[in-house]
Amino acid sequence: MTAVSETTSQWLEQFTTQAVADRGLQELRDAGLRRFLEIGFPTTHEEEWRFTNVSPIARTAFRPYTWEAKVHRPPGVERLSESDYQGWLAGGQNPFVALNTAFLRDFVMLRVPRGAVIEEPIKIFTCQEAQVPSVIHPRTVVVVGAHAQCTIIETYVGKGTYFTNAVTEIVAGEGAVVDHYKVQQEAAGAFHIATMQATLGRSANFSSLSISLGGALVRNDVNTTLAEGTEATINGLYIADGRQHIDNHTQIDHAKPHGTSHELYKGILDGKATAVFNGRILVRKDAQKTDSKQTNKNLVLSDEAVIDTKPELQIFADDVRCTHGATIGQLDAEALFYLQSRGVGKKEARELLTYAFAQDLIDRVKVQSLKERLETVLYEKFHEHGG
Amino acid sequence: MALLEISNLQAKVGGRQILNGIDLTVNAGEVHAIMGPNGSGKSTLAQVLAGRELYQVTGGQVLYDGKDLLGMAPEDRAREGIFLAFQYPVEIPGVSNMYFLKAALNTVLKHRGLPELDAMDFLNLVREKMKLMEMEQTLLNRPVNTGFSGGEKKRNEIFQMAVLEPRLAILDETDSGLDIDALRTVAGGVNALRGPERSMIVVTHYQRLLNYIVPDYVHVLSEGRIVKSGGKELALVLEESGYAGFGIEDEAEAVGKR
Repeated sequence: MTAVSETTSQWLEQFTTQAVADRGLQELRDAGLRRFLEIGFPTTHEEEWRFTNVSPIARTAFRPYTWEAKVHRPPGVERLSESDYQGWLAGGQNPFVALNTAFLRDFVMLRVPRGAVIEEPIKIFTCQEAQVPSVIHPRTVVVVGAHAQCTIIETYVGKGTYFTNAVTEIVAGEGAVVDHYKVQQEAAGAFHIATMQATLGRSANFSSLSISLGGALVRNDVNTTLAEGTEATINGLYIADGRQHIDNHTQIDHAKPHGTSHELYKGILDGKATAVFNGRILVRKDAQKTDSKQTNKNLVLSDEAVIDTKPELQIFADDVRCTHGATIGQLDAEALFYLQSRGVGKKEARELLTYAFAQDLIDRVKVQSLKERLETVLYEKFHEHGG
Repeated sequence: MALLEISNLQAKVGGRQILNGIDLTVNAGEVHAIMGPNGSGKSTLAQVLAGRELYQVTGGQVLYDGKDLLGMAPEDRAREGIFLAFQYPVEIPGVSNMYFLKAALNTVLKHRGLPELDAMDFLNLVREKMKLMEMEQTLLNRPVNTGFSGGEKKRNEIFQMAVLEPRLAILDETDSGLDIDALRTVAGGVNALRGPERSMIVVTHYQRLLNYIVPDYVHVLSEGRIVKSGGKELALVLEESGYAGFGIEDEAEAVGKR
């Protein structure tokens, strides 16, 4: 156990000034804090955090930010009471999840009843704007009943220097269909650490697209556990410039037979940006007939940008199909020349090709309004940085 | 005045000198065929004229419409009316053929001081040109050249040329990989674009294409120089005697002799 150090003391202080909650909730918080104090902030000596140095977060004094997530709860979606949920992610080996648990307060808990088909997306909007460095610990729990269907869109924005320490838990029942989108557009000075855990039932169909655009230091953990015949599509797009650092760690746990997972993460890096992709696929002994495909593609636009990409396949079953591949490349010089030879300016041609690289992920967005918003955001982003 | 005046053009790629002093003058409305064996520098000449940075010009001058062509960026050459039909058209996943061509056409129109086309006018124009090239309209919505067959790619090049209406078209081995039907269609498209204001440079290894696109002049290129020039009958002589008849070694054949 680590003693309360300089870096953890501010959190202990914040914890003790936090009003005491109902017994059940307070017990959770206590456990979260205990766990956090035990493991403390990770260092780059730990394999899971080798390429991501969180000391800027550990060093900064943050004030708790008073906030409330804006939630759009479409008709048919019910509130879930804390006492009806047992799944709480409490930390395990991840100190940020533990810290989030210690400050469980403004959580969003929703339930989609069995068999309900919710057409409108559930939207959860998180915004932080403070004059001094501030922190929030958003927690979102969505429990989707058997054969129910819904779409969840999480958006993170803000202004200034702040820390978003988010945890999202999605539980999909048997045969449920869930589309999840996360759009991270934090401010340039923000720290964004987020864990998403999706626990998927038998024959459930789950897709997730995580888009990381903002933030100075970003770490996303996307963890999914599949049951028999579950189909999961885990996609991501990260675009970094300047000195941004974006780390995506994913884990797909094939626990039962006949599961399918498709994973495609794409990154576009410019300036002195750094990015990490670590994709773990676990195929347990029982998970025969698993079909899993992982792809990580990176477009590196400058000489100084760096990407560390690592597939991590742990396969304990013998009758499976698992493939993985990673590419790191620059804009295709021949394609650039081809566009120019038709009159398209060099800058515009670069923008067009950069946009085209991200296009297939955006094309898969099923919510039309979100798709259009993302097209605009990306167009502006490449317009500003291209050339 | 000549539309294109190439004098003593020299170029290299990597450390290898490819063009060793090309002289060629093309007047408005003329069609010049450039023939030569593999490795003679035909494609290099085409790429240098279009502005590919991969090739380094080491000497000589090229005047286009009286202006210094070699100092111009590739996109400016295109806007000034130069069009290169690629030997190997590039696949660009994620960019639709329609979006690409509309962007290209409007850039060119703007440069010429003409009004840009709106979506409807553009569609009408491309429909007409696609008919000429016997192309399926669905190709418009597909990404540029992506998943196109060899023939579709070559048709797509000439289709783009028909839409962009260049003053100088450079066709780089547009016949390679085409069956006779596709060759006829492509040649038909090219011939429909011939006119007193449009010049063409047709680069080819084989005489066959020149049965369909009949040139005004034929030049034979060897080791980066034009070694023989003549009228269209020169192509026929070449067909009879082969390059060897001109004392030129085709690179493929020459390999064994070294």
